[in-house]
Amino acid sequence: MTQPAVSKPLPEPDEPSLPFFQGATDGRLMLMKCADCGAFRLPSRHHCDECLSPTFTWEQASGRGTVRTFGVMHQRYHPGFALPYNVTVVELEEGPRITTNLVGIDNADIRVGMPVTVEWERHEDVTLPKFRPA
Amino acid sequence: MSHPLRGAAAITGLGMTPMGRIYGKSTFELAADAVRLAITDAGLKKDEIDGLLINAGITGTTGGGLTLGLQNYLGLGNLRLLNHMNAAGSTAAQMVQYATMAIAAGMATHVVCVFADAPLRETTSSGAAYGGAARAPGRPKGMAGLYAAAGYFGANTGYALAARRHMAVYGTTQDQFGQIAVSQRAWAVNNPLAQLREPMTMEDYHASRWIIEPLHLLDCCLVSNGAVAVIVSPADRARSMPQPPVYIHGMGQGHPGDHARAGSDWETMTGARIAARTAFAMAGCGPEDIDICELYDCYTYTVLVTLEDYGFCKKGEGGPFVEDGKLGPGGSLPTNTGGGELSAYYMWGMTPLSEAVIQGRGAGGARQVTKNGLILCTGNGGNLSYHAALILSPHAN
Ligand SMILES: [Zn+2]
Repeated sequence: MTQPAVSKPLPEPDEPSLPFFQGATDGRLMLMKCADCGAFRLPSRHHCDECLSPTFTWEQASGRGTVRTFGVMHQRYHPGFALPYNVTVVELEEGPRITTNLVGIDNADIRVGMPVTVEWERHEDVTLPKFRPA
Repeated sequence: MSHPLRGAAAITGLGMTPMGRIYGKSTFELAADAVRLAITDAGLKKDEIDGLLINAGITGTTGGGLTLGLQNYLGLGNLRLLNHMNAAGSTAAQMVQYATMAIAAGMATHVVCVFADAPLRETTSSGAAYGGAARAPGRPKGMAGLYAAAGYFGANTGYALAARRHMAVYGTTQDQFGQIAVSQRAWAVNNPLAQLREPMTMEDYHASRWIIEPLHLLDCCLVSNGAVAVIVSPADRARSMPQPPVYIHGMGQGHPGDHARAGSDWETMTGARIAARTAFAMAGCGPEDIDICELYDCYTYTVLVTLEDYGFCKKGEGGPFVEDGKLGPGGSLPTNTGGGELSAYYMWGMTPLSEAVIQGRGAGGARQVTKNGLILCTGNGGNLSYHAALILSPHAN
């Protein structure tokens, strides 16, 4: 697969997600864990979406999960993506779901429920969590 | 005892502009055309309108959409009820719900509910009009940026993910999605308002290009410019107005929330499950009593999962349920009888609502369903995030 000349849209860390992206650079998948009810969440908000507690700790996730669902994109929305590519939702062992891409597998071989493990895609100033079959 | 709001109000006016690839009018101009048509249809004078509920389509986000300023554009000076609402594709049904409640509370008499959108330009594709993050300049911020970085663009992606999950969990097949598209096109053939009226076969369905597997182009709704307005009035007034009233028997909503949360089953268990209980209880009926379904059909899969969630079949059996073509003309559960958003026109929740009014009036011409006693009309928005339902009837009780 040839790499497109244009970069795909890369996220810019915001304040709540900064430790997540710092962790990614260090090869660690970081989640917020509610200090009151123990629920894990993706670090997109200061309040727990189970109990609304604003108190939390940062925890390293196992990096393991399963494919919750996926699609294979054929429509060109952005020049930074080589078609076709998969868009995959991984259900993390800790519970939350993360939207990502599977690497190291043919799109035709992806199955819902298959175990996967995190792997890091490094860009100039940001690192992204991708997943490959475990 | 009957629910106090069952049959309290009725839809008494309907106005529809030309819809589809029509150009040259702003959303305000389109809305004014639809409102004028609806007021005329209802036999009212403009000054009798005392309620206005407004829903902008995608242009409410991308620019040029309806705002509260529509009141002034329309020159409505007697309003007792006014709001600009947005719960995505569930808004149209919601506007009728809030209008009904306001009428029952004595807060308004004749309420106009209007939707207008004009995302299409002569030079742009339908996909470009709804491309989501792909059209956003600069770098996406924070965790939300992971979506764009994964190439997740627009609703097509979200619904493909939901449909795939249903296929994996319940064994639903591509042919079963295809049958929904084919059944609806068969209805559109007889709808002069429809954008796509050429008959469609399963071969046509399978030959249509992939957008995002498992969705073919023909699994996805149209994109349309245009406007639709309805007028909601008290039932006792409706009886003496010119059009056959379409009474509101049941109403309900359901909003299951964030997809990324642990434990969410958003893909296969939608807000329709919650809305169904409220709406059926209010109407005093169940799915077995429904004669016609007008279901929000942004994708074929939306129809399938909505049928399950209203209890027309068991959870997971939507595929086999639709497979025999029972949704199409002559079938046992006429569904999306104008062709729906897939084949007729995409006016968000006004698509199922307008066709429900037409069928309830008996004004469907060649596509009119004879048995129209109870019509289920649904709206759905976000990625199966928001849901609202109306149960409508030509009968007051
Ligand atoms: Zn908590």
